Amino acid sequence: MTVRDIVGSLELEVLTDTEALDGTVTGGYVSDLLSDVIAHGKTGDLWVTLQTHRNIVAVAALKELAGVILVNGRTPDSDTLSKAREEGVLVLGSRLPAFDLAGRLYQMGIRGSV
Amino acid sequence: MLRIFKADLHIHTCLSPCAELSLGPKAIVDKAVQCGLDVICISDHNSSENTSAVMKAVGNRSVKVLPGMEVTSKEEVHILAIFDSLDNALRLQTIVYEHLPGENDPEAFGLQVVVNEDHDVLGFNNRLLAGATELSVEQVVDSISDLEGLAIAAHVDREAFGIIGQLGFIPGELRLDGLELSANTSPEQARRRFPQYAGRGFIRSSDAHSAGDIGRVWTSFLLDEPSAREIKKALRGEDGRRVVPEHAGGCASLREQQVSG
Repeated sequence: MTVRDIVGSLELEVLTDTEALDGTVTGGYVSDLLSDVIAHGKTGDLWVTLQTHRNIVAVAALKELAGVILVNGRTPDSDTLSKAREEGVLVLGSRLPAFDLAGRLYQMGIRGSV
Repeated sequence: MLRIFKADLHIHTCLSPCAELSLGPKAIVDKAVQCGLDVICISDHNSSENTSAVMKAVGNRSVKVLPGMEVTSKEEVHILAIFDSLDNALRLQTIVYEHLPGENDPEAFGLQVVVNEDHDVLGFNNRLLAGATELSVEQVVDSISDLEGLAIAAHVDREAFGIIGQLGFIPGELRLDGLELSANTSPEQARRRFPQYAGRGFIRSSDAHSAGDIGRVWTSFLLDEPSAREIKKALRGEDGRRVVPEHAGGCASLREQQVSG
């Protein structure tokens, strides 16, 4: 499944339009502790978080995540998006809270590590 | 002339909802004096309302009380602010209050007691001091620096509310003056665990939530006088000011040393 498929189904807002939109999603992870994502996120994961600090871009790039979805309609910090464009990191937005968004992703067949 | 000052720069009062109600001005100053501390900083969560009471409670004793605050950024990172000027601490408090949503629920979080120097209750703060401000960690640090305060990332060794736990790593551009370690981690352990930050100025403080916690760890500084300005120089290693490698033990062992010595 590509990120673009998910964006369409869940009506996600594309905050940084990068070629990663056609990348494949292989899993999902939900966490608001960036150190935890560094420890447990996997390549190809879609990461669901409420953190909007620009460090999310560095973590997504480091872990080669498929993309980051900001929940609850949160607006990213201004320098987060410019950094994401620079790094080619896909940042998406959802109006849903993390629990509901993770549920929808699961329904679509996205799984965590278990 | 430079001399060593023992500092415990992270002490809460009964204003913090998570602190003991008995942690009033007199209890704090008594314990600080008993531990041989030269300088302490009052750092309640998102408020400085009890600072002046602790300053007044010192009386003619020699411990120096610096006004401060432990600010929670919107990323839920705790930043310690340490000032020389009470007015500047209160200016930071105004900024923090403008960006701190919510009301305290004393049953859920605890009472937030504003007291005078005699521990008489003046009132209760009803803001959600346990909550996060809407200020980014950059905005918090910049606000502190603009008010000539020291901005120190609190308990960086703790996953919860520590900057490394919350944000994965310390943003390079952040104007931090130092990194604080909790009682759980020594500077040597921290340098092994975070080699990328080994060159930064580390302090260690008690993060006291009860009188018994005060002085369980401290930082020794070589300074001209016990002030935030001098501590800033020490953290930068300027003009001969510096952080002195810690003596062994906390308050209890210090007392034993004094008794046996």
